[in-house]
Amino acid sequence: MDNKKKEPLIHITRRKNISRGKEWAIRLGAILAALVVCGIITTLTTHLNPFSVYGAMWDGSFGSERKMWALSKELSILLMISVALAPSFKMKFWNLGGEGQVLAGVLATSACMITLGSKMGNGALILLSLVAALIAGAVWAFIPAFFRAKWNTNETLFTLMMNYVAMQIVAYFIIKWESPKGSGKVGIINSSTEAGWLPYLGGKQYLLVVIVAVIVTVLMYIYLKYSKQGYELTVVGESENTARYVGINVGKVIMRTLVVTGLVCGLVGFLLVSATDHTITTTLAGGRGFLGVMVAWLAHFNPIGMILSGLLIVFMSRGASEISTAFGLNRSFGDIITGIILFFVIGSEFFINYQIHFRKSGKEAADA
Amino acid sequence: MPKSNTPAVSMRNITKTFGDIVANHKVDLDIYRGEVLSLLGENGSGKTTLMNMLAGIYYPDEGEILIDGKPVQISSPKDAFDYGIGMIHQHFKLVNVFTAVENIVLGMDEDAEDKHIGKGKLDLEGPSKRIKEICDTYGFDVNPNQKVYDMSVSQKQTVEIVKALYRGAEILILDEPTAVLTPQETEKLFTVLRNMRKDGKTVIIITHKLHEVEAISDKVAILRKGEFIGELITKDTNAQEMTNMMVGREVKLNIDRPEPKNVKPRLEVSGLTVRSDDGLLKLDDVSFTANTGEVLGIAGISGCGQKELLEAISGLQDIEKGDVVYINDDGTRESLIGVNPVDIENKGVALSFVPEDRLGMGLVANMDLSENMMLRSFRSGKSLFANRKTPRNLAQKVVNDLEVVTPGITTPVRKLSGGNVQKVLVGREIERAPSVLLTAYAVRGLDINASYTIYDLINKQKERGVAVIFVGEDLDVLLELSDRILVLCGGKVSGIVDGRTADKNEVGLLMTRIGGEKVG
Repeated sequence: MDNKKKEPLIHITRRKNISRGKEWAIRLGAILAALVVCGIITTLTTHLNPFSVYGAMWDGSFGSERKMWALSKELSILLMISVALAPSFKMKFWNLGGEGQVLAGVLATSACMITLGSKMGNGALILLSLVAALIAGAVWAFIPAFFRAKWNTNETLFTLMMNYVAMQIVAYFIIKWESPKGSGKVGIINSSTEAGWLPYLGGKQYLLVVIVAVIVTVLMYIYLKYSKQGYELTVVGESENTARYVGINVGKVIMRTLVVTGLVCGLVGFLLVSATDHTITTTLAGGRGFLGVMVAWLAHFNPIGMILSGLLIVFMSRGASEISTAFGLNRSFGDIITGIILFFVIGSEFFINYQIHFRKSGKEAADA
Repeated sequence: MPKSNTPAVSMRNITKTFGDIVANHKVDLDIYRGEVLSLLGENGSGKTTLMNMLAGIYYPDEGEILIDGKPVQISSPKDAFDYGIGMIHQHFKLVNVFTAVENIVLGMDEDAEDKHIGKGKLDLEGPSKRIKEICDTYGFDVNPNQKVYDMSVSQKQTVEIVKALYRGAEILILDEPTAVLTPQETEKLFTVLRNMRKDGKTVIIITHKLHEVEAISDKVAILRKGEFIGELITKDTNAQEMTNMMVGREVKLNIDRPEPKNVKPRLEVSGLTVRSDDGLLKLDDVSFTANTGEVLGIAGISGCGQKELLEAISGLQDIEKGDVVYINDDGTRESLIGVNPVDIENKGVALSFVPEDRLGMGLVANMDLSENMMLRSFRSGKSLFANRKTPRNLAQKVVNDLEVVTPGITTPVRKLSGGNVQKVLVGREIERAPSVLLTAYAVRGLDINASYTIYDLINKQKERGVAVIFVGEDLDVLLELSDRILVLCGGKVSGIVDGRTADKNEVGLLMTRIGGEKVG
């Protein structure tokens, strides 16, 4: 018949249904493919054995008890920030202000600990710091939500800019509170009295943080999946028109949801100062306000899923720093490996949603 | 009458699939010069897909296309133009801020393809002259220098047709061209199409309206579920035979209209005036009464204020002036102005609304059936958590009662076909036991079966004593279903007529007369 068919080489169609098993097989395949590509690049550029590099990455997270605790702490903090952002993003409110909202909590906690450290009992101080941090985080998140609800301002830019405002305010107070004088930073707060410090449960500094993270994650899962408010914010995210049609007050839901996000971010700020770092810097959030966005997206806003995606991200970053110290490589090399693996993992979502068909070869077409 | 031995276009054994869905299966079709062919089939029968393969939008999985007896490859719209095939899509593809002539020459390679344009500069004189010639030949009415945003829907359609002819189309495909036209505009379009036939052009019109098939075409080809069912000579067949072939079994073609019982005023709209966000007058002093046990049809060209009217009644639209009053059974009156949908419900007014935008307003596309039922019920109870059991049962009931085809109640509604989506929406709204039911384009895009299910549901509500307001676009349906018909034109009421005695022409004329006065 006709051999000059100009049929396109590939065409892409949306998958109708995909089984859970196949979905995970694709994700696993993507990680394996990423490891292969990373291995090739490692061998080509550093002449190291890729397996020993991967071994070092593993050791970075699981090599010792100390490292495993560090991993748990990192994961807990990142997980809570991701969980905090989940309702915002589920409502399609692009909250890039996690950094600022956490810093607001950090600032409030530090203020309580520094100014009231010697004036009240430890329990009262901790409680006061916690309440102050929750309020600060909620206010910081409420401001852009209010503007969005009333005047339909762009929340992406607004929340992003709020981060820098928060950072500058923190910078101002660091100079005000600096100790020792002239150092330009705040050292360990109340290092002698340990006033306002959260207790070490069972002698483990981070155990309390891990427990709080688990509770917050489970609560948020229930809130999003079963509560009326969770349902409302999902409807607003899917279609504001539908929300209005059934009488949901869209502005109110936006503001309420951001307060929920802000409360959890404030809690994280409180834990950072009171439980883990005991100090305040402008970079205490450390980019996790943004990283949390990725963790939340990777898990499709399912808080339980975020445990996995968060673990992947934390594992990668700890592994990256481990290989740069273990092999004396530039820190950027670790970032390259992390980047490649994330590229594959995120890219695999495409293959989960779409199917690629290749052109039948001439012979096959004739048989068909 | 057509006399030629080689078909202008032949499609042989054409198959096209999208994933698991077979859009066309081994379709054979011949179209001759100087012939108007109707491509008839229900929604989803593969008419548009088949024609898109002629127009170079899709490429067939199997089969071949012959133009004047020679096999050809059409893999892009440009290829299609080179073979003289032009397609007018349902959604026009025009640049709003350009004039007619600018749109027509847009994308043409100046010297290579268009001898009417001077070299190196954008000269619109030549093309304008050529457009005038085309208009004179076929009886179009186009002002080449009019901006598209100033045009009515019918004028935009004309520009699309002229654009195709300007590029030398010999074979013209029109996808549901009359869906957006008034009866008068439709007649004008048909006159033009007859002139083209006289000139030896081939015209294919995709439609599911039988009277149009009878009015314009020489032959009719019928598709059902992607397969070619048969071809008939139009003058030798009738509506019943065509419908039976289209649906695949005997269908009765008239819509019931039970006599209204126990008619009393239920909803009184007076002097309603609404402006859009950008200050345009959308409704201008609209007054009418909707009665219990009666279907009030609303006719009008699309965009004449139908949407604003229903949204104003259901509390979704800010109102400039006027009042909407709900009259209870005991005669007490309740104003619905400035009251949001939740408060309307709290007042004890059972108002159900089936909006035009089903997946963007009435339902949430990504949520499943039971979650969509929850939209109306999730607030009930004092608990922090939403009751999920009642909506699940309701979803199951709607699926059973209305015979919704779905894998289950946990399937996202976006995966259902148009008719089933509408059944879910109408089912939910009717289950609220409304006393007022507002519906906007309730059967748009539905196949004959689903349409009749919806008409039946509406009639049942009417017999229950519900005041039904039915915004429609198909005049034949409005005339068969409604007890009274209110005609909107440019946001004003241009007339209210009795559905039993009104004739189509009368309503058609009212549709183009603002406030009952002739314009233009």
